[in-house]
Amino acid sequence: MSWPGTLNVKPINMKQLLIFIRKEFLHVFRDRKTLLMLFGLPIAQIVLFGFALSNEIKDSKIVVADYSKDAVTRQIINKIASSKYFDLEQSLQSATQLETAFKKGTIKMAVIFPENFGNDLIHTGKATIQVIADASDPNLATTITNYITQIITDYNAQLGNNSGQPLQIVPEVQMLYNPELRGAPNFVPGVMALVLMLVCTMMTSVAIVKEKELGTMEILLVSPFKTIYIIIAKLAPNLIISVINLFIILILSSVFLDLPVKGSVLLLVFDSILFILTSLSIGLLLSISAKTQQAAMMGSLMGMMLPTMLLTGFLFPIENMPLAMQWLSNIVPSRWYFIIIKKVMLKGLGFSSVWKETLILSGMCLLLFAISLRRFKIRLQ
Amino acid sequence: MSTLSFLLEKEFRQLLRNKQLLRTLLIAPVIQLILLPLAADYSVKNISIAVVDNDHSTFSRKLIAKITASGHFKLTGYTASYNEALSLVEQDKADLALQIPVDFEKGLVRENSQKLYVAIDAIEGTKANLGGAYLSSIVKDFNEDIRVNWQSAPAMAGGATGPQNLNERSSNEGPSSMVSGKGATFQTSTVSGDDAPQISVASSNWYNPFMNFKLYMVPAILVTLVTAMAAMQSAFNIVQEKESGTIEQINVTPIKKHIFIIGKLIPFLVLGIVIFTIGLGVGKLFYGVTPVGNLAVLYASLIVYLFAMLGLGLLISTYSGTQQQAMSLSFFFINIFNMMSGVFSSVDSMPGWAQAIVETFPPSHFIKIMRMVVLKGSGFGDIGYHLAAMALIGLFLNTWAVLNYRKTS
Amino acid sequence: MQPVITTEKLTKRFGHFIAANELTFEVGKGEIFGFLGANGAGKTTAMRMLCGLLTPTSGKASIAGFDVYTQTEKIKRRIGYMSQKFSLYDDLTVAENIRFYGGIYGMATRQIKDKTTELLQELQLQNEAKTLVRELPLGWKQKLSFSVSIVHGPDIVFLDEPTGGVDPVTRRQFWDLIYHAADKGVTVFVTTHYMDEAEYCNRVSIMVDGVIAALDSPANLKQQFGSDSMEDVFYELARNAKRKAD
Repeated sequence: MSWPGTLNVKPINMKQLLIFIRKEFLHVFRDRKTLLMLFGLPIAQIVLFGFALSNEIKDSKIVVADYSKDAVTRQIINKIASSKYFDLEQSLQSATQLETAFKKGTIKMAVIFPENFGNDLIHTGKATIQVIADASDPNLATTITNYITQIITDYNAQLGNNSGQPLQIVPEVQMLYNPELRGAPNFVPGVMALVLMLVCTMMTSVAIVKEKELGTMEILLVSPFKTIYIIIAKLAPNLIISVINLFIILILSSVFLDLPVKGSVLLLVFDSILFILTSLSIGLLLSISAKTQQAAMMGSLMGMMLPTMLLTGFLFPIENMPLAMQWLSNIVPSRWYFIIIKKVMLKGLGFSSVWKETLILSGMCLLLFAISLRRFKIRLQ
Repeated sequence: MSTLSFLLEKEFRQLLRNKQLLRTLLIAPVIQLILLPLAADYSVKNISIAVVDNDHSTFSRKLIAKITASGHFKLTGYTASYNEALSLVEQDKADLALQIPVDFEKGLVRENSQKLYVAIDAIEGTKANLGGAYLSSIVKDFNEDIRVNWQSAPAMAGGATGPQNLNERSSNEGPSSMVSGKGATFQTSTVSGDDAPQISVASSNWYNPFMNFKLYMVPAILVTLVTAMAAMQSAFNIVQEKESGTIEQINVTPIKKHIFIIGKLIPFLVLGIVIFTIGLGVGKLFYGVTPVGNLAVLYASLIVYLFAMLGLGLLISTYSGTQQQAMSLSFFFINIFNMMSGVFSSVDSMPGWAQAIVETFPPSHFIKIMRMVVLKGSGFGDIGYHLAAMALIGLFLNTWAVLNYRKTS
Repeated sequence: MQPVITTEKLTKRFGHFIAANELTFEVGKGEIFGFLGANGAGKTTAMRMLCGLLTPTSGKASIAGFDVYTQTEKIKRRIGYMSQKFSLYDDLTVAENIRFYGGIYGMATRQIKDKTTELLQELQLQNEAKTLVRELPLGWKQKLSFSVSIVHGPDIVFLDEPTGGVDPVTRRQFWDLIYHAADKGVTVFVTTHYMDEAEYCNRVSIMVDGVIAALDSPANLKQQFGSDSMEDVFYELARNAKRKAD
């Protein structure tokens, strides 16, 4: 009689694994509030950010001080007022009013016509308008100063046309992929990457740590279930939820935000699943070292949110960052995913354009999964 | 000692004893405040441009030289055809494509006007805006140069100040201008030709003469850090008591609801102030961000802000049974606040309905206050509206939370 | 003797589910009153109503002379409570816990100090005054929890399954503490599912399916049911119970 070889323990089959996965699903779906966040967050974000965020600068509130009050100034002021870039707030009487207005943050720029403006222009051929911009936001200041300069240039050209200005160079500008400069094309892919990544990491790490805290994890480990099946079962609900989220986001984008997937949906889904798996592995990795749910959550948040937001490239251009950070951004999975989304969804490119990024993402996925699987086993044995 | 003091004594004891938490709460913001502004540079430099020169004339070469010398652009492609240039844009290797047509120089002289063809990758709005602006400016100045030389007019102080106009530093303003709150750089952008009357624009940049993005971003980033702490931690703390059962013990005592809640708010208020102060120190040390305005104004606003955000955390805790739920709910709000409150994109660019929603977010008000006080030296009178808004929202949230909190179910 | 707890048809419904059904009983001053029943029988629900943690659906109850609907805050001043989870702060020391609970019941600092010394002596925890509660063994946590629940000298103390998870010797010691308190005039209302503990009580009520199935002294009950132990009494009553353990 040989012992324990004769123990009749059957190998795990699919049915049992499915039962396990089903239990995991029940955990998640019974928690209404977490469910709200899981689905509500991506939806709310895509809709909000898609519609609300924009880089277009228009209707900037400005103020005009006209100390000359002649025909010329009136013409120019009319031009400014009718421009979609500006919202003429009020007319100023004094310099102190100006400072107060700036300090209150109600205006972004002041345009000042000195006395005798029209007269100077006619008699000396030269006149100067003073423009003061609130440079707290440097980009805004640059852009609206440029807009005013353009208006004046146009006006100058009008004056010039009346005397025949030679040699006009006219740039004809075409905006590609996003002619109306909507925020959505830039933000939606970024938000997709951010939300998928964060939800996957946070939810996975907290769920596993919770079982550790409750003590039910030990029970699982004592059972005949191989570790890898436990992990698959734990990751399964989040994988499915994330894929559902992905589809919701894509549908919302194309229906409401006029941002359809220009390229192959299949390719996009394939790469997205790669990315989701990568994020799930990160969550797994985090859950190993965290002792409490709070630590897991804080770890995911502080540890992942920051690099993801910073180094993905959708909020800040990567090429602006110090070299060390640029280098660092190479190991952030969401950076590569972001590039893939932009190329496939917005520009309609195919696999030949994203094979490099896909390869990198697959590599990261496999590596992270292997590492976390191994460390998971070690930790618990 | 009053009930409240006993409560506070316990809370502070617990807080100070939780070394791991303290470390996270104090060190994480510091690290983030140091790293984030490094990356959060919205100034647009090194725009990559692909050029197609079908003319190969003196003019076209001069134009290209002017573009590359401007410091804003990086020539990443010099292609034979416009299609090739466009495919560079497609591959993210160029942000702009410029085509100088055949016979550009000859055509300009003969027909008095010529077109240049520009295509801009407009996915990223800011880059597109500024890229277009810089290029227009360079072309315009180039145009002026040609005109001036062509007319063989007596040499004038060149309009060749070029696109640097947009961001130039002035020679006579220094640190003192920071103190007074305004910096001024004066530039002129065009010089008139002989025949037509010309208006020139003298532009100056106040409050941030060096166009330093850090000044704009650091205050806002500090707000996001304090926000995350306030909302999440307060929610978590109370839910933890729910889960461990100690809250039941409190419910059974004669402690009044509002005393209990105040007892929970105060430690986090103090923590928030500490984190903020550390943040200000880091901002000054690493980025030279010194508030122009009154510190009293800043701290008063901070307290009102924390009042509102802790109220939110409280509210979340009354709706959460488990830590996971508290986490989910607070994460939901924090994410939305982070993206929509004007840190990374301007509120003024949003459609009306979105701006209305953002008005109800305390962070958007505090960020405005921070930027105004730190950069412009705004005072109580100037920020009154925002302060009142935060106070009102805070009152609303806290009242709701107190009403929601039941000692008896 | 003036009863300190009186209930009349006290009921709690959760939707269609009647957790506690028309409970009517009285508890006298200084009595050790046991509230027995299987898990899910309704004991905890009943106790939480009496403590002012749960609002009854119908019926009347008065604790220490105060009405349970309208005077919950006054009730809370006169009672102590020990929950199943022992509800001490894990990350505070023994002394700090005593100080906190004493303080929020309005005891003066001097009083708290004296009480702390007294308590530590009684429990023989003098050396553990500065130990974090998290590091105490279960039995000590339990005893400390009880003492903290009566630190402010309440008239009644409610104990919800206080002796879970400890060995019989520790349980016995715990009950010594209860006797001690009862001798001093504190009324003890305790829920438990350990039938042997029923023997320690003056009177006992047994809840089955939300209803009080029996209420008397242990001796009387044993006689009534012809059993040798409370366990048998309970078995007789509960075996036809419809509600199983939760």
